[in-house]
Amino acid sequence: MHMVRRLAELTKIDGISGNEKDVREFIIQNLEGKSLKFYTDNIGNLIVKGRSDGSSKLRVMAAAHMDEVGLMVNYITDDGKLKFSAVGGIDNRILPGQHVRVGRDKIPGVIGCKPIHLQDKSERGSAVNIKNLYIDIAAKDRENALELVNTGDYAAFASEPVFFGENRIKAKALDDRAGCAVLMELLEEVWPFEFYACFTVQEEVGLRGALVAANRLKPDIGIVLEGTTCTDVPNVKEHEVSTVMGKGPSLSFADRTSLADRGLLEHFAKTAEKEGIPYQWKTTVSGGNDAGRIQTSGTGVRTLVVSVPCRYIHSPVSVLDLDDLKNMHKLVSRALHTLPGALGR
Amino acid sequence: MISLLRELTAAYGPSGREDEVRNVISNKISSFVDEIYTDTLGNLIAVKKGRENGKRIMLAAHMDEIALVASYIDENGFIRISNIGGVNPYVAVGQRVKFHNGITGCVCYEEKITDFKELKLDRMFIDIGTSKREIAMECIRPGDMAVFCGETIEQNGRYISKALDDRIGCAILIKLAETVKDCPNEVVFVFTVQEEVGLRGAGPAAFSVKPDIAVAVDVTGTGDTPECRPLAIELGKGPAVMIKDSRTISHPKVKNALIECAEKNNIPYQLEVMNMGGNDAGTIHTAAGGIPTGAVSIPCRYLHRPCEMADKNDALNAVKLLEAFVMNPEL
Repeated sequence: MHMVRRLAELTKIDGISGNEKDVREFIIQNLEGKSLKFYTDNIGNLIVKGRSDGSSKLRVMAAAHMDEVGLMVNYITDDGKLKFSAVGGIDNRILPGQHVRVGRDKIPGVIGCKPIHLQDKSERGSAVNIKNLYIDIAAKDRENALELVNTGDYAAFASEPVFFGENRIKAKALDDRAGCAVLMELLEEVWPFEFYACFTVQEEVGLRGALVAANRLKPDIGIVLEGTTCTDVPNVKEHEVSTVMGKGPSLSFADRTSLADRGLLEHFAKTAEKEGIPYQWKTTVSGGNDAGRIQTSGTGVRTLVVSVPCRYIHSPVSVLDLDDLKNMHKLVSRALHTLPGALGR
Repeated sequence: MISLLRELTAAYGPSGREDEVRNVISNKISSFVDEIYTDTLGNLIAVKKGRENGKRIMLAAHMDEIALVASYIDENGFIRISNIGGVNPYVAVGQRVKFHNGITGCVCYEEKITDFKELKLDRMFIDIGTSKREIAMECIRPGDMAVFCGETIEQNGRYISKALDDRIGCAILIKLAETVKDCPNEVVFVFTVQEEVGLRGAGPAAFSVKPDIAVAVDVTGTGDTPECRPLAIELGKGPAVMIKDSRTISHPKVKNALIECAEKNNIPYQLEVMNMGGNDAGTIHTAAGGIPTGAVSIPCRYLHRPCEMADKNDALNAVKLLEAFVMNPEL
């Protein structure tokens, strides 16, 4: 399956933090016939050992997280409405009016709130409070709702991928199914070192899976493949634009959870320049990702984050440029093949 | 002490770029230790062997200092910035800063700001005197870091400098390595990286050293300046034995051993009880199955400013205190 096709398929799957099973199974299905060794660890990370020609003893871990942000039912009202909380970082203001799929049976629901003509002035003027929102699954009452769902059930955005424009896709969960798609592609190759593809869990709730995977694998190098913010939109000052869509994958020198290893950063930038692969610096030093836990795991790991820019991230309608995705794959692939020998110290 | 401190503080060493500081320390300490190496993240680990059956003691001081990082360079060559570690925008305004390649910049802010509450780093910039992006990009790239300028002086028994946090800790450990002889315990001097961005180097170092006991040597704030927040730490009253901060509760064994050493040897000391802040002890004490950990802190005024101030005797007494501690055969 083509990488782009695979990305679209991946975004159709619901996999909110802690419930990544369906994503994991899709990836495992796609490993069929490749005779690769893989296992699922205790927390749910899928770890696949890539092919190696054994020429270097370096241990490289590449990570992409399977989980996405979403909602969780925490209370069912007497009249059968589902109250919920967010799993991972979600802008509450995008929630009213969304379609969702609730629980194992993917019960259709919509997110509602008090209609605008009944809201008082302060409610109209202020940001949406998640406490005032609910999921309507058309249940008659609490009992009826309990036949279909329960507290603790996840609710995922019901959003199907759509290709649009010249070369773009809009979908939910591009963060980080984009990274997963690139990582699956990297498993097609033969590496000059020990290569472990880690499809991690629970990134969105605090980078939890990656720590477990890194402690087990004890890699020398950790490469994190991410979908990152892209704020090339109106009313953002030029120096606050984190990444620009269509300008290639971004390299992060720092975020709030990790600092890029200088050697890796320079090697990736040089590779891009030498091979004529477009790339950009992620100019904002905000957020965090799996690299934060990988870097400080065990006796320390040299890490780098490579990301594909995603507009409207953490929403049902995130957008990415497919050339950025392809260039991300190309850059990571080329840079990794020349990695042994390129690093000093 | 002052010449050592001068050399250490003059070295460029923002978090993640500690190479220069590491080289200075490595040169100073290598003849006093039995083994010295740099680990994956860049921590410098220097081992001074002890006697058989002695304990392994890890002493940690961080090499890195806070910095501004170039995030974006505009078409007129102004460098937009973000922080690496705790840089207060009010403090940064008007400062000279220096990049890795010696390029000096002036830190200023958008003049439209009239209310200083609006002063945030994303409304500030570094001017390196160029007027075009292309020219600025020849010497500075996004991700390059600039540290405060601020020469080191000794005056009235006090040191004034940038980056006393934590080069003074590094200096104390170097002095200690020089002083300690025939130690019953093995002492592992660890000069850590990336403390200022979240104590990131110390944990992995502790994981590989696996000491029996650890002590972080860092600076701490004081409560002895006009109209300051109340804090029972003063300059010149001796090094502080940490009871707790926001990341660590000192292990009673380590804390009590330090206090006992001070009392026995008539070394002045203070007790540090903080609700904020953290030092390398925070990630050491939970590493490798748990390590009894404490901290010795040097009182320091004006932390994270180019004019950090510490007392000479506090530093010298810290060396004495730590010497008595590591020489204790009954730890």
